[in-house]
Amino acid sequence: MTAMERFLETFFNPTVMAKYTPDIIAGIWVTLTIAAAVIVAGIAAGLALACLRSYGIRVLNFFIICYADIFRALPPLVVILILYFGFPSIGIQLSGPMVLFIVLAATLAAFAEEIFWAGFSSVEKGQWEAGIATGLGFTRTLAYVALPQAVRLAIPPLVNRVLAITKMTALGSAIGVSEILSSATTAQSFSGSATPLTMSVVAYLVIFLPMVVIARWLESRTAWKKR
Amino acid sequence: MANRPMLEIVSLEKRFGPNTILKKIDLKVTEGELVFVIGPSGSGKSTMLRCCNRLEEPTSGDIIVDGRNIMAGTRRDLDRMRLQIGMVFQGFHLYPHMSVLKNVTLAQRKALKRSKTEADARAMDMLEQVGMAHKADAYPGELSGGQQQRVAIARSLALDPKVMLFDEPTSALDPELVGSVLKVMKDLKSKGMTMVVVSHEMGFARETADRVIFMDGGVVVEQGTPDEIFGAPKAERTRAFLSRVSG
Repeated sequence: MTAMERFLETFFNPTVMAKYTPDIIAGIWVTLTIAAAVIVAGIAAGLALACLRSYGIRVLNFFIICYADIFRALPPLVVILILYFGFPSIGIQLSGPMVLFIVLAATLAAFAEEIFWAGFSSVEKGQWEAGIATGLGFTRTLAYVALPQAVRLAIPPLVNRVLAITKMTALGSAIGVSEILSSATTAQSFSGSATPLTMSVVAYLVIFLPMVVIARWLESRTAWKKR
Repeated sequence: MANRPMLEIVSLEKRFGPNTILKKIDLKVTEGELVFVIGPSGSGKSTMLRCCNRLEEPTSGDIIVDGRNIMAGTRRDLDRMRLQIGMVFQGFHLYPHMSVLKNVTLAQRKALKRSKTEADARAMDMLEQVGMAHKADAYPGELSGGQQQRVAIARSLALDPKVMLFDEPTSALDPELVGSVLKVMKDLKSKGMTMVVVSHEMGFARETADRVIFMDGGVVVEQGTPDEIFGAPKAERTRAFLSRVSG
Protein backbone atom coordinates (compact mmCIF):
# COMPACT_ATOMS: atom_id res chain seq x y z
CA MET A 1 0.00 0.00 0.00
CA THR A 2 1.55 3.28 -1.06
CA ALA A 3 1.33 6.40 1.05
CA MET A 4 -1.15 7.84 -1.39
CA GLU A 5 -3.38 4.80 -1.16
CA ARG A 6 -3.27 4.90 2.61
CA PHE A 7 -4.19 8.57 2.55
CA LEU A 8 -7.18 7.95 0.30
CA GLU A 9 -8.23 4.89 2.30
CA THR A 10 -8.18 6.96 5.51
CA PHE A 11 -9.91 10.13 4.37
CA PHE A 12 -11.86 9.19 1.24
CA ASN A 13 -13.05 5.63 1.77
CA PRO A 14 -16.00 5.17 -0.66
CA THR A 15 -17.69 2.38 1.32
CA VAL A 16 -17.67 4.44 4.51
CA MET A 17 -18.88 7.46 2.57
CA ALA A 18 -21.82 5.60 1.11
CA LYS A 19 -22.77 4.14 4.47
CA TYR A 20 -22.71 7.35 6.48
CA THR A 21 -23.90 9.92 3.93
CA PRO A 22 -27.52 9.80 5.24
CA ASP A 23 -26.27 10.47 8.80
CA ILE A 24 -24.20 13.43 7.68
CA ILE A 25 -27.12 14.82 5.67
CA ALA A 26 -29.35 14.51 8.71
CA GLY A 27 -26.62 16.39 10.61
CA ILE A 28 -26.63 19.12 7.99
CA TRP A 29 -30.33 19.65 8.58
CA VAL A 30 -29.90 19.86 12.33
CA THR A 31 -27.04 22.35 11.92
CA LEU A 32 -29.00 24.44 9.42
CA THR A 33 -32.14 24.54 11.55
CA ILE A 34 -30.32 25.53 14.73
CA ALA A 35 -28.11 28.03 12.87
CA ALA A 36 -31.12 29.69 11.24
CA ALA A 37 -32.96 29.93 14.55
CA VAL A 38 -29.84 31.33 16.27
CA ILE A 39 -29.31 33.95 13.56
CA VAL A 40 -32.91 35.15 13.60
CA ALA A 41 -33.31 35.19 17.38
CA GLY A 42 -29.81 36.53 18.09
CA ILE A 43 -30.01 39.42 15.63
CA ALA A 44 -33.56 40.32 16.62
CA ALA A 45 -32.69 40.34 20.31
CA GLY A 46 -29.47 42.27 19.73
CA LEU A 47 -31.26 44.88 17.65
CA ALA A 48 -34.03 45.22 20.21
CA LEU A 49 -31.47 45.71 23.00
CA ALA A 50 -29.55 48.32 21.00
CA CYS A 51 -32.80 50.21 20.29
CA LEU A 52 -33.76 50.13 23.97
CA ARG A 53 -30.29 51.34 24.86
CA SER A 54 -30.65 54.36 22.58
CA TYR A 55 -33.43 55.70 24.84
CA GLY A 56 -30.71 56.36 27.39
CA ILE A 57 -32.54 55.02 30.44
CA ARG A 58 -29.70 54.66 32.91
CA VAL A 59 -30.83 51.63 34.94
CA LEU A 60 -31.88 49.71 31.86
CA ASN A 61 -28.64 50.50 30.06
CA PHE A 62 -26.64 49.25 33.02
CA PHE A 63 -28.28 45.83 32.67
CA ILE A 64 -27.95 45.78 28.88
CA ILE A 65 -24.25 46.58 29.10
CA CYS A 66 -23.69 43.96 31.82
CA TYR A 67 -25.46 41.36 29.72
CA ALA A 68 -23.49 42.22 26.58
CA ASP A 69 -20.16 42.22 28.39
CA ILE A 70 -20.76 38.96 30.22
CA PHE A 71 -21.93 37.04 27.19
CA ARG A 72 -19.13 38.38 25.05
CA ALA A 73 -16.60 37.33 27.68
CA LEU A 74 -17.86 33.80 28.41
CA PRO A 75 -16.86 30.88 26.19
CA PRO A 76 -20.22 29.51 24.94
CA LEU A 77 -19.13 25.95 25.70
CA VAL A 78 -19.00 26.72 29.42
CA VAL A 79 -22.55 28.05 29.40
CA ILE A 80 -23.72 25.12 27.29
CA LEU A 81 -22.30 22.61 29.80
CA ILE A 82 -23.81 24.44 32.76
CA LEU A 83 -27.26 24.58 31.19
CA TYR A 84 -27.16 20.99 29.96
CA PHE A 85 -25.52 19.23 32.88
CA GLY A 86 -26.11 21.63 35.75
CA PHE A 87 -29.65 22.91 35.30
CA PRO A 88 -31.39 19.50 35.53
CA SER A 89 -30.25 19.40 39.17
CA ILE A 90 -32.32 22.52 39.89
CA GLY A 91 -35.27 21.06 38.02
CA ILE A 92 -34.79 22.73 34.66
CA GLN A 93 -34.47 20.08 31.98
CA LEU A 94 -33.68 21.39 28.51
CA SER A 95 -33.03 19.29 25.41
CA GLY A 96 -29.61 19.44 23.80
CA PRO A 97 -30.72 21.37 20.71
CA MET A 98 -32.63 23.82 22.95
CA VAL A 99 -29.55 24.47 25.12
CA LEU A 100 -27.41 24.95 22.01
CA PHE A 101 -29.97 27.36 20.55
CA ILE A 102 -30.39 29.40 23.75
CA VAL A 103 -26.68 29.80 24.43
CA LEU A 104 -25.66 30.62 20.87
CA ALA A 105 -28.57 33.01 20.36
CA ALA A 106 -27.78 34.74 23.66
CA THR A 107 -24.12 35.05 22.64
CA LEU A 108 -24.99 36.39 19.22
CA ALA A 109 -27.45 38.82 20.80
CA ALA A 110 -24.69 40.21 23.02
CA PHE A 111 -22.36 40.80 20.10
CA ALA A 112 -25.14 42.06 17.84
CA GLU A 113 -26.24 44.56 20.50
CA GLU A 114 -22.74 46.02 20.62
CA ILE A 115 -22.46 46.09 16.84
CA PHE A 116 -25.85 47.80 16.37
CA TRP A 117 -25.04 50.18 19.19
CA ALA A 118 -21.81 51.15 17.45
CA GLY A 119 -23.96 51.72 14.37
CA PHE A 120 -26.36 53.98 16.29
CA SER A 121 -23.44 55.87 17.80
CA SER A 122 -22.02 56.69 14.40
CA VAL A 123 -25.29 58.11 13.08
CA GLU A 124 -24.70 61.86 13.03
CA LYS A 125 -26.38 63.89 15.76
CA GLY A 126 -27.79 66.12 13.03
CA GLN A 127 -29.82 63.20 11.67
CA TRP A 128 -31.61 62.89 15.01
CA GLU A 129 -32.12 66.63 15.15
CA ALA A 130 -33.58 66.73 11.66
CA GLY A 131 -36.07 64.01 12.57
CA ILE A 132 -37.01 65.57 15.86
CA ALA A 133 -37.28 69.08 14.42
CA THR A 134 -39.75 67.78 11.82
CA GLY A 135 -42.03 66.49 14.58
CA LEU A 136 -41.20 62.81 14.24
CA GLY A 137 -40.35 62.51 17.91
CA PHE A 138 -37.72 60.15 19.30
CA THR A 139 -39.28 56.80 18.49
CA ARG A 140 -40.15 57.53 14.87
CA THR A 141 -36.78 59.19 14.29
CA LEU A 142 -35.21 56.05 15.71
CA ALA A 143 -37.27 53.81 13.46
CA TYR A 144 -37.13 55.67 10.16
CA VAL A 145 -33.96 57.74 10.34
CA ALA A 146 -31.40 56.25 12.71
CA LEU A 147 -32.18 52.54 12.47
CA PRO A 148 -31.75 52.12 8.71
CA GLN A 149 -28.42 53.94 8.87
CA ALA A 150 -27.24 51.99 11.91
CA VAL A 151 -28.19 48.68 10.30
CA ARG A 152 -26.27 49.54 7.18
CA LEU A 153 -23.17 50.38 9.18
CA ALA A 154 -23.62 47.21 11.21
CA ILE A 155 -23.87 44.73 8.34
CA PRO A 156 -20.18 44.01 7.67
CA PRO A 157 -19.17 43.34 11.30
CA LEU A 158 -22.48 41.62 11.95
CA VAL A 159 -22.02 39.18 9.10
CA ASN A 160 -18.60 38.22 10.40
CA ARG A 161 -20.01 37.64 13.85
CA VAL A 162 -22.94 35.62 12.52
CA LEU A 163 -20.50 33.34 10.71
CA ALA A 164 -18.38 32.91 13.81
CA ILE A 165 -21.35 32.07 16.02
CA THR A 166 -23.18 29.76 13.63
CA LYS A 167 -20.01 27.70 13.23
CA MET A 168 -20.20 27.13 16.98
CA THR A 169 -23.18 24.83 16.40
CA ALA A 170 -20.34 22.26 16.35
CA LEU A 171 -20.27 22.67 20.14
CA GLY A 172 -23.48 20.63 20.12
CA SER A 173 -21.28 17.57 19.76
CA ALA A 174 -20.35 18.04 23.42
CA ILE A 175 -23.93 17.51 24.55
CA GLY A 176 -25.06 14.95 22.00
CA VAL A 177 -26.91 17.19 19.57
CA SER A 178 -26.74 15.25 16.32
CA GLU A 179 -25.49 18.11 14.18
CA ILE A 180 -22.81 17.66 11.51
CA LEU A 181 -19.74 17.23 13.71
CA SER A 182 -21.55 14.99 16.17
CA SER A 183 -22.83 12.71 13.37
CA ALA A 184 -19.34 12.61 11.91
CA THR A 185 -17.55 11.68 15.15
CA THR A 186 -20.15 9.01 15.87
CA ALA A 187 -19.67 7.60 12.39
CA GLN A 188 -15.92 7.80 12.85
CA SER A 189 -15.94 5.72 16.00
CA PHE A 190 -18.25 3.09 14.48
CA SER A 191 -16.31 2.80 11.23
CA GLY A 192 -12.82 3.34 12.59
CA SER A 193 -12.21 5.55 9.58
CA ALA A 194 -11.49 9.28 9.39
CA THR A 195 -13.61 9.55 6.26
CA PRO A 196 -16.74 10.83 8.08
CA LEU A 197 -14.64 13.73 9.35
CA THR A 198 -13.72 14.57 5.79
CA MET A 199 -17.41 14.44 4.98
CA SER A 200 -18.11 16.90 7.80
CA VAL A 201 -15.52 19.26 6.30
CA VAL A 202 -17.36 19.10 2.99
CA ALA A 203 -20.70 19.60 4.73
CA TYR A 204 -19.48 22.69 6.60
CA LEU A 205 -18.06 24.13 3.40
CA VAL A 206 -21.34 23.49 1.59
CA ILE A 207 -23.17 25.48 4.26
CA PHE A 208 -20.72 28.21 5.11
CA LEU A 209 -18.96 29.01 1.86
CA PRO A 210 -22.20 30.37 0.34
CA MET A 211 -22.70 32.40 3.53
CA VAL A 212 -19.25 33.94 3.14
CA VAL A 213 -20.07 34.78 -0.47
CA ILE A 214 -23.39 36.32 0.57
CA ALA A 215 -21.51 38.28 3.23
CA ARG A 216 -19.16 39.72 0.64
CA TRP A 217 -22.08 40.65 -1.56
CA LEU A 218 -23.93 42.31 1.33
CA GLU A 219 -20.85 44.30 2.26
CA SER A 220 -20.38 45.50 -1.29
CA ARG A 221 -23.85 46.97 -1.42
CA THR A 222 -23.78 48.78 1.91
CA ALA A 223 -22.17 51.96 0.56
CA TRP A 224 -24.41 55.02 0.07
CA LYS A 225 -24.99 56.35 -3.39
CA LYS A 226 -22.34 59.00 -3.84
CA ARG A 227 -21.81 61.74 -6.31
CA MET B 1 -53.20 91.16 10.83
CA ALA B 2 -49.74 92.40 9.98
CA ASN B 3 -48.76 92.77 13.60
CA ARG B 4 -49.85 89.37 14.81
CA PRO B 5 -46.93 87.92 16.77
CA MET B 6 -45.93 84.56 15.25
CA LEU B 7 -42.99 83.79 17.48
CA GLU B 8 -42.40 85.24 20.92
CA ILE B 9 -39.35 84.55 23.01
CA VAL B 10 -40.02 85.59 26.60
CA SER B 11 -37.14 86.03 29.06
CA LEU B 12 -35.37 83.02 27.63
CA GLU B 13 -32.48 81.81 29.68
CA LYS B 14 -30.04 79.00 28.89
CA ARG B 15 -27.29 77.81 31.17
CA PHE B 16 -24.74 75.07 30.57
CA GLY B 17 -23.35 74.28 34.01
CA PRO B 18 -21.83 77.51 35.34
CA ASN B 19 -21.99 79.25 31.96
CA THR B 20 -24.97 81.38 31.08
CA ILE B 21 -25.34 81.27 27.30
CA LEU B 22 -28.56 83.27 27.03
CA LYS B 23 -29.48 85.96 29.54
CA LYS B 24 -33.20 86.77 29.62
CA ILE B 25 -33.71 87.18 25.90
CA ASP B 26 -36.96 88.78 24.72
CA LEU B 27 -37.90 88.81 21.08
CA LYS B 28 -41.16 89.18 19.21
CA VAL B 29 -41.40 88.22 15.54
CA THR B 30 -44.59 89.26 13.76
CA GLU B 31 -46.30 87.47 10.90
CA GLY B 32 -44.37 87.70 7.65
CA GLU B 33 -41.40 89.36 9.27
CA LEU B 34 -37.82 88.37 8.52
CA VAL B 35 -35.61 88.85 11.54
CA PHE B 36 -31.91 88.53 10.89
CA VAL B 37 -29.64 87.64 13.79
CA ILE B 38 -25.95 88.52 13.73
CA GLY B 39 -23.23 88.34 16.30
CA PRO B 40 -19.79 86.89 17.00
CA SER B 41 -19.44 83.14 17.46
CA GLY B 42 -20.33 82.16 21.00
CA SER B 43 -22.80 85.04 21.27
CA GLY B 44 -25.65 82.55 21.76
CA LYS B 45 -27.48 83.21 18.50
CA SER B 46 -27.59 79.57 17.39
CA THR B 47 -28.52 78.45 20.89
CA MET B 48 -31.39 80.94 20.89
CA LEU B 49 -32.63 79.55 17.59
CA ARG B 50 -32.32 75.97 18.80
CA CYS B 51 -34.28 76.82 21.92
CA CYS B 52 -37.17 77.94 19.71
CA ASN B 53 -38.09 74.30 18.94
CA ARG B 54 -36.50 72.90 22.07
CA LEU B 55 -33.71 71.06 20.29
CA GLU B 56 -31.88 72.82 23.05
CA GLU B 57 -33.84 72.78 26.28
CA PRO B 58 -34.23 76.30 27.71
CA THR B 59 -33.30 76.66 31.37
CA SER B 60 -36.21 79.04 31.83
CA GLY B 61 -38.47 81.29 29.83
CA ASP B 62 -41.26 80.79 27.32
CA ILE B 63 -41.40 80.20 23.59
CA ILE B 64 -44.77 81.10 22.12
CA VAL B 65 -45.58 80.09 18.58
CA ASP B 66 -48.76 81.62 17.16
CA GLY B 67 -50.18 82.05 20.63
CA ARG B 68 -49.25 78.63 22.00
CA ASN B 69 -46.50 78.12 24.53
CA ILE B 70 -44.25 75.24 23.48
CA MET B 71 -42.80 75.11 26.99
CA ALA B 72 -46.16 73.92 28.31
CA GLY B 73 -47.82 70.65 27.45
CA THR B 74 -46.77 67.04 26.95
CA ARG B 75 -44.09 65.50 24.75
CA ARG B 76 -46.71 64.79 22.11
CA ASP B 77 -47.91 68.38 22.16
CA LEU B 78 -44.30 69.42 21.64
CA ASP B 79 -43.87 67.11 18.63
CA ARG B 80 -47.09 68.47 17.17
CA MET B 81 -45.92 72.04 17.67
CA ARG B 82 -42.52 71.27 16.17
CA LEU B 83 -44.36 70.60 12.91
CA GLN B 84 -45.23 74.29 12.87
CA ILE B 85 -41.63 75.35 13.33
CA GLY B 86 -39.46 74.64 10.32
CA MET B 87 -35.75 74.38 10.89
CA VAL B 88 -32.90 74.52 8.41
CA PHE B 89 -29.45 73.46 9.60
CA GLN B 90 -25.98 74.51 8.62
CA GLY B 91 -25.19 70.88 7.78
CA PHE B 92 -28.46 70.17 5.85
CA HIS B 93 -28.93 66.79 7.57
CA LEU B 94 -30.84 65.15 4.76
CA TYR B 95 -31.42 61.44 5.31
CA PRO B 96 -28.75 59.73 3.20
CA HIS B 97 -30.65 56.45 2.86
CA MET B 98 -33.72 58.03 1.26
CA SER B 99 -34.36 59.64 -2.09
CA VAL B 100 -35.00 63.38 -2.20
CA LEU B 101 -38.74 62.73 -2.52
CA LYS B 102 -38.74 60.39 0.50
CA ASN B 103 -36.81 62.97 2.51
CA VAL B 104 -39.59 65.45 1.89
CA THR B 105 -42.47 63.02 2.45
CA LEU B 106 -41.24 61.20 5.58
CA ALA B 107 -42.51 63.59 8.25
CA GLN B 108 -45.62 64.36 6.20
CA ARG B 109 -46.51 60.67 6.19
CA LYS B 110 -45.39 59.67 9.67
CA ALA B 111 -46.06 62.81 11.70
CA LEU B 112 -48.82 64.63 9.79
CA LYS B 113 -50.33 61.29 8.66
CA ARG B 114 -50.91 62.49 5.13
CA SER B 115 -51.68 59.90 2.47
CA LYS B 116 -48.92 58.92 0.06
CA THR B 117 -50.61 60.68 -2.85
CA GLU B 118 -51.10 63.85 -0.87
CA ALA B 119 -47.58 63.83 0.57
CA ASP B 120 -46.00 63.16 -2.82
CA ALA B 121 -47.97 65.97 -4.46
CA ARG B 122 -47.08 68.40 -1.70
CA ALA B 123 -43.43 67.34 -1.86
CA MET B 124 -43.27 67.90 -5.60
CA ASP B 125 -44.82 71.35 -5.17
CA MET B 126 -42.24 72.29 -2.60
CA LEU B 127 -39.36 70.82 -4.61
CA GLU B 128 -40.63 72.83 -7.57
CA GLN B 129 -40.58 75.95 -5.43
CA VAL B 130 -36.92 75.43 -4.49
CA GLY B 131 -35.96 74.37 -8.01
CA MET B 132 -35.22 70.77 -7.13
CA ALA B 133 -38.17 68.88 -8.64
CA HIS B 134 -35.92 67.38 -11.33
CA LYS B 135 -33.88 65.65 -8.60
CA ALA B 136 -36.80 64.00 -6.79
CA ASP B 137 -35.42 60.51 -7.38
CA ALA B 138 -31.79 61.35 -6.60
CA TYR B 139 -30.10 60.55 -3.30
CA PRO B 140 -28.65 63.32 -1.11
CA GLY B 141 -25.10 62.05 -1.70
CA GLU B 142 -25.54 62.76 -5.40
CA LEU B 143 -26.37 66.44 -4.84
CA SER B 144 -24.21 69.51 -4.29
CA GLY B 145 -24.38 71.30 -0.94
CA GLY B 146 -26.59 74.04 -2.33
CA GLN B 147 -28.98 71.49 -3.78
CA GLN B 148 -29.07 69.57 -0.52
CA GLN B 149 -29.86 72.71 1.42
CA ARG B 150 -32.71 73.57 -0.94
CA VAL B 151 -34.14 70.08 -0.48
CA ALA B 152 -33.81 70.54 3.28
CA ILE B 153 -35.82 73.76 2.99
CA ALA B 154 -38.48 71.93 0.97
CA ARG B 155 -38.58 69.21 3.64
CA SER B 156 -39.45 71.80 6.27
CA LEU B 157 -41.86 73.75 4.06
CA ALA B 158 -43.85 70.64 3.18
CA LEU B 159 -45.09 70.54 6.78
CA ASP B 160 -46.71 73.98 6.40
CA PRO B 161 -44.78 75.63 9.21
CA LYS B 162 -45.85 78.94 10.67
CA VAL B 163 -42.30 80.07 11.19
CA MET B 164 -39.00 79.03 9.65
CA LEU B 165 -35.72 79.05 11.54
CA PHE B 166 -32.47 79.16 9.57
CA ASP B 167 -29.31 78.25 11.46
CA GLU B 168 -26.40 79.49 9.33
CA PRO B 169 -27.96 77.96 6.22
CA THR B 170 -25.16 78.96 3.84
CA SER B 171 -22.10 78.65 6.09
CA ALA B 172 -21.21 75.16 4.87
CA LEU B 173 -21.61 76.01 1.21
CA ASP B 174 -19.06 76.80 -1.47
CA PRO B 175 -19.35 80.51 -2.31
CA GLU B 176 -20.80 79.90 -5.78
CA LEU B 177 -23.66 77.85 -4.30
CA VAL B 178 -24.74 80.39 -1.68
CA GLY B 179 -26.80 82.45 -4.11
CA SER B 180 -29.20 79.62 -5.01
CA VAL B 181 -30.11 79.12 -1.36
CA LEU B 182 -30.49 82.83 -0.63
CA LYS B 183 -32.77 83.15 -3.64
CA VAL B 184 -35.04 80.46 -2.25
CA MET B 185 -35.12 82.27 1.09
CA LYS B 186 -35.94 85.55 -0.63
CA ASP B 187 -38.83 83.90 -2.50
CA LEU B 188 -40.06 82.52 0.77
CA LYS B 189 -40.00 85.95 2.36
CA SER B 190 -41.95 87.44 -0.55
CA LYS B 191 -44.58 84.73 -0.07
CA GLY B 192 -45.10 85.99 3.47
CA MET B 193 -43.25 83.39 5.54
CA THR B 194 -42.21 84.40 9.03
CA MET B 195 -38.48 83.81 9.28
CA VAL B 196 -35.65 84.01 11.78
CA VAL B 197 -32.25 83.77 10.14
CA VAL B 198 -28.91 83.36 11.88
CA SER B 199 -26.30 84.05 9.25
CA HIS B 200 -23.27 86.04 8.17
CA GLU B 201 -24.70 87.00 4.78
CA MET B 202 -24.85 90.74 5.46
CA GLY B 203 -25.73 91.58 1.87
CA PHE B 204 -28.79 89.37 2.11
CA ALA B 205 -29.73 91.01 5.41
CA ARG B 206 -29.53 94.52 3.94
CA GLU B 207 -31.70 93.52 1.03
CA THR B 208 -34.29 91.27 2.65
CA ALA B 209 -34.43 91.64 6.43
CA ASP B 210 -37.13 93.69 8.15
CA ARG B 211 -35.13 93.81 11.32
CA VAL B 212 -31.56 93.01 12.30
CA ILE B 213 -30.64 91.85 15.77
CA PHE B 214 -27.12 92.03 17.08
CA MET B 215 -26.32 89.58 19.87
CA ASP B 216 -23.22 89.36 21.99
CA GLY B 217 -22.51 87.58 25.25
CA GLY B 218 -26.00 86.07 25.48
CA VAL B 219 -27.94 89.33 25.23
CA VAL B 220 -29.55 91.33 22.43
CA VAL B 221 -27.22 94.32 22.29
CA GLU B 222 -29.03 96.26 19.63
CA GLN B 223 -31.78 95.90 17.09
CA GLY B 224 -33.22 97.94 14.26
CA THR B 225 -33.77 98.07 10.53
CA PRO B 226 -30.86 96.96 8.34
CA ASP B 227 -30.15 100.61 7.56
CA GLU B 228 -29.99 101.50 11.24
CA ILE B 229 -27.76 98.59 12.22
CA PHE B 230 -25.45 98.56 9.22
CA GLY B 231 -25.59 102.30 8.55
CA ALA B 232 -25.49 103.81 12.01
CA PRO B 233 -24.93 101.25 14.75
CA LYS B 234 -25.37 102.82 18.18
CA ALA B 235 -23.53 100.35 20.40
CA GLU B 236 -19.76 100.15 20.43
CA ARG B 237 -19.88 96.33 20.34
CA THR B 238 -22.02 96.38 17.20
CA ARG B 239 -19.65 98.77 15.51
CA ALA B 240 -16.63 96.64 16.45
CA PHE B 241 -18.31 93.47 15.17
CA LEU B 242 -19.42 95.02 11.89
CA SER B 243 -16.02 96.48 11.16
CA ARG B 244 -14.48 93.06 11.82
CA VAL B 245 -16.78 91.18 9.45
CA SER B 246 -16.70 93.77 6.69
CA GLY B 247 -12.96 94.39 7.12
